[in-house]
Amino acid sequence: MILSTDKIFDQICELIVPFNQKEVLIKTDTTFATDLELDSLSVMDMLAAIEDHFDVTVPLNILPDLENVGQVAEALKSILDDENKTCG
Amino acid sequence: MMKTKPADKVIPMTTDLFEKFDSIIAEYSQLPTGPLNPFTVSMDAVISPTEAIINGKKTILAGTNNYMGMTYNKECMAAAHGALNDFGTGTTGSRVLNGTYNGHKELEETLKDFYQTDHAIVFSTGYQANLGIISTLAGPKDYVLIDADSHASIYDGCAMGNATIVRFAHNDPENLDKRLARIRRKDPKAGILVVIEGVYSMLGDQAPIKELAEAAKIHDAVVLVDEAHSIGVFGKTGRGVAQEQEVEHLVDFTLGTFSKSVGTLGGYCVSNHPKFEILRLVCRPYVFTASLPPSVVASANKALELIKDSGLRIKLLDNSMRLNKGLSNAGFNMGTTGKSPIAAIVVDDKKVAIAYWQNMMQEGVYVNLAVPPATPNGLNLMRCSLSAAHSFEQIDYMLKKFIAVGKKLGVLD
Repeated sequence: MILSTDKIFDQICELIVPFNQKEVLIKTDTTFATDLELDSLSVMDMLAAIEDHFDVTVPLNILPDLENVGQVAEALKSILDDENKTCG
Repeated sequence: MMKTKPADKVIPMTTDLFEKFDSIIAEYSQLPTGPLNPFTVSMDAVISPTEAIINGKKTILAGTNNYMGMTYNKECMAAAHGALNDFGTGTTGSRVLNGTYNGHKELEETLKDFYQTDHAIVFSTGYQANLGIISTLAGPKDYVLIDADSHASIYDGCAMGNATIVRFAHNDPENLDKRLARIRRKDPKAGILVVIEGVYSMLGDQAPIKELAEAAKIHDAVVLVDEAHSIGVFGKTGRGVAQEQEVEHLVDFTLGTFSKSVGTLGGYCVSNHPKFEILRLVCRPYVFTASLPPSVVASANKALELIKDSGLRIKLLDNSMRLNKGLSNAGFNMGTTGKSPIAAIVVDDKKVAIAYWQNMMQEGVYVNLAVPPATPNGLNLMRCSLSAAHSFEQIDYMLKKFIAVGKKLGVLD
């Protein structure tokens, strides 16, 4: 199934809930470090939850490029598209 | 004649490269300067593996990872003195140029004998061993899977290389299996390195090596075990957790350090891989650094012989169990069980943890204040590492002080 970036974003928002202790309203430009006050380990834990939800590999290598939630949705979109290409 | 200043030239303001550290600077500046700062401890004099003079005060060392007490072992010191006299203070060169002395080769032979492997390579630190081995073994088309609670040197080894890095849940074979299956689905032929630690240093928990390594093997991955905190401590002859769990046949690369049980400095990797020796030419943290000083090499060589002695291991774990049990019985929330050389009290509030550390110092006990991100699960810890060289009197003294300070700060009822 091909998911749109918007759909992916919506699902990510739900996955972020346990990490959003300040109950910040999540938008695409919500940042992990400043808005959600997550340290690097928490961001990695959150990515692990996202990996398992979408059943894909999200390498730690892309972590430096992920400052906000929108960037995660875009990264996921490209990973999922790539996965569909490889596995049909 | 005086030169005039070009006052009319305006130098444009550039971004201060240190600006990114402002939040850390702000947090750190809340700590007091001087003896009460947990991160600027300086030893005036060291008396033994378990005692030092700090801020003019005799202090029990209960947080130095000196598990076997080898730093003041007479035979190790004599070996170091001998090498110092015969070979000087340093090699001033890389292992592949002028930095290999007979001692370095002897040390590698000792390691091969200690681990019963075909190959051994010695690095200048344990940190460099992880940087070198991980970044070199796993290339751009390969994957490295690391435990979520891995030591910084493992994360940094990953960052230094070009492989794809995937993190699995701490000590969770099923989680590892799931991630390996995903990679194989996409990339059936890729090289995969799974990195685990024998003992995790903050809470002293052991990896279930058998289950993790079996998950790795199903997916045709190779296994590296870092025994930094377990060499000397576990196993019939002190090789570490893989020996203790009788699963050494499942481990492809064993890595470790001389800076804990071995009582000096340096790192190593041992393996039976037939092409292992090529690492001496392609592993940059091995090539582009000076080799260990001869005295360090000589003491490591001696200590590797001495830590085979199971008497030291029994004494170490007895000491740890005594402290862990005592603290647990007193009502502390323990992060450790006593089955490793670590005793860690969980302190809910970071400020209380800092005060706890300061009070323990004033009572003459040095422990580690361990706080996130160095700790798992956001825990604040009063972390002790025990030594075979601690006496029961010292353990009981620590215990008494932990309880007194715990009551004073309201950590204990």
